[in-house]
Amino acid sequence: MSILINKNTRLLVQGITGKEGLFHSELMRKYGTNIVAGVTPGKGGEWALDEKIPVFDTVETAVRATEANASVIFVPAKFAFDSIYEAIDARIPLIICITEGIPSMDMLKIKSILKTSETMLIGPNSPGVLTVEECKAGIIPGSVTIPGSVGVVSRSGTLTYEILYAMKEKKIGVSTCVGIGGDAVTGTGFVEMLSLFEQDPNTEKIVLIGEIGGKEEEMAADYITTEMTKPVIAYIAGLTAPQGKRMGHAGAIIEGRAGSATQKIELFKKAGVKVAEYPEDIPALL
Amino acid sequence: MKIQEYQAKQIFQKYEIPIPRGQVALNASFVRQIAEDLGNKVVVKAQVLVGGRGKAGGIRLADNPDRAEEIATEMMGMEIHGLSIHKVLVEEAIDINREIYLSIGTDRMNASPVIIASQYGGIDIEDTSEEAPEKISRIPIDPLAGLCDFQIRGLAVSIDLPRKHWKQFTKIANALWMIYQNNDASLVEINPLVISEQNGLIALDAKMTIDDNALFRHPELADLRDLDMEDPSEVEAQKYGITYIHMNGNIGCLVNGAGLAMATMDILKLKGGEPANFLDIGGGASAEKVSSALRIILSDSQVKAVLINVFGGITRCDEIARGITTALAEQKRKKTPMVVRLVGTNANEGYTILKKHKLPVARSFVEAAEKTIALAGVKTK
Repeated sequence: MSILINKNTRLLVQGITGKEGLFHSELMRKYGTNIVAGVTPGKGGEWALDEKIPVFDTVETAVRATEANASVIFVPAKFAFDSIYEAIDARIPLIICITEGIPSMDMLKIKSILKTSETMLIGPNSPGVLTVEECKAGIIPGSVTIPGSVGVVSRSGTLTYEILYAMKEKKIGVSTCVGIGGDAVTGTGFVEMLSLFEQDPNTEKIVLIGEIGGKEEEMAADYITTEMTKPVIAYIAGLTAPQGKRMGHAGAIIEGRAGSATQKIELFKKAGVKVAEYPEDIPALL
Repeated sequence: MKIQEYQAKQIFQKYEIPIPRGQVALNASFVRQIAEDLGNKVVVKAQVLVGGRGKAGGIRLADNPDRAEEIATEMMGMEIHGLSIHKVLVEEAIDINREIYLSIGTDRMNASPVIIASQYGGIDIEDTSEEAPEKISRIPIDPLAGLCDFQIRGLAVSIDLPRKHWKQFTKIANALWMIYQNNDASLVEINPLVISEQNGLIALDAKMTIDDNALFRHPELADLRDLDMEDPSEVEAQKYGITYIHMNGNIGCLVNGAGLAMATMDILKLKGGEPANFLDIGGGASAEKVSSALRIILSDSQVKAVLINVFGGITRCDEIARGITTALAEQKRKKTPMVVRLVGTNANEGYTILKKHKLPVARSFVEAAEKTIALAGVKTK
């Protein structure tokens, strides 16, 4: 068991013939992911990945032919709105968007469209989702973790790999690792993921990796206090970040008084969450 | 990206939002000429991208053209919060009956555009939202439906706007929404929006922030970027696709990934050091990018030691090592000590390449931080 994806996931790759899409599709397949189709407008009828994966012009035809039930998006930011909307329109239950740099207005429109849809969107600017030894949808390196019972949810990429690796060194394994994305406006937040982990019988503890900016951590702290029975361990990056500067991620910015790391850490502590001082400190707290 | 008041006002004008008559000037004698043309009293406003201009002496009233020239002479070259003034906006002084506040921005928490109004013009919207939220009206806008007239009427009622101004208020609010949408703004703010007995509503100030991620579809706005207002090293880094943010410490950091870069700065501080910068080389960086990044880090004379912390996924640690080698070869006289931590893809190959340079290496995060701090000559905690 796991959350979001598993060995039964039939994955579609939007942007499969692009440089990024192709590179990561190969890694995903090597990990054992069941990639059933790819979409690249204008390349329908071709085959990708050693001529084994059919490429379609549209998401709808791909879904009809292959019963894909999740999509991972690698298309450039300029075209990402169109791709996400297309996948929502084709009623794909789960979309994972890796693309970084999507205009905020495009995401605000997507959020409005999602209100009337059953689809769950992870990302954008996400490293993806990894259910260990079952399915990898995105770019999280499979080698940095081993199977286990810790659920991991994060706003970051390499920092997450660092933490997965530190856990692996101490023989602590993971059920599913989810990157919710580093943008200011994302499809889903910490709270939805915490709720899925809470319901997942194979997840016993959760590691939450947050950072400065926005109110995701604040809402998570609230949710943990009122709804969670499983222990949560957190790490928040950006204690030394100056105010008003965007720290690499579009969403990592302390705006006025809102979004500082100190504030988030304090709220987590109040919610009974153990907060790690640095990434390698996490295994000891598990 | 923030744009200057006068630039925002040019956009306002295109969308028929009333603004005071005025012109921007680069020198004091032109200020005098503008003041003469406008006749009457004028206001001289420093064009710097920083809040609190008024309090810092960046907005001043002049009774006549002589005085306007004097004020401009004083202002030009003056600094406000570290930014020097190169341009001033000269505008006719407006009779003010009442000031209100109006803006459209992105409400991150609710993932929606929001229109905000207050009957208290000139307020600091952030302070007021926290201390006296009842003074502010906020209405979310569905980006698919757009801003609707009933929502604007709702706002007009909530801020007690006299009915005779409703028509003009609706026009301005709609124009603001068009500006927000058409320019991919994340904020368009009129603070204050002035009610003047003779002239109706006038946007006395204009503030506008554009979403950096959307600049690709607005080349005309990208051209408005004022590099004088930015740190030159940060601008240089962007040319290579590197995110660099200058800080005040003495330990340089080179990291892949924004989260990891923040975590690296944090652990340095935790162990008693002070980071000199945030630097994210991004995913899959080439050797050239790494050597450029190191060059930028080392151009800061404060830097006493550098910590290179790379977790290889798509990024290959042998490429990182090659970049470090190039940068080391360029360091002729003064050698700044560096500590290297490579984990993941091709880490061993990377270390092999670096062997001849005998750089201190670290296996763990903590070890890396402590070694670098020691090399910078600071006691670790």
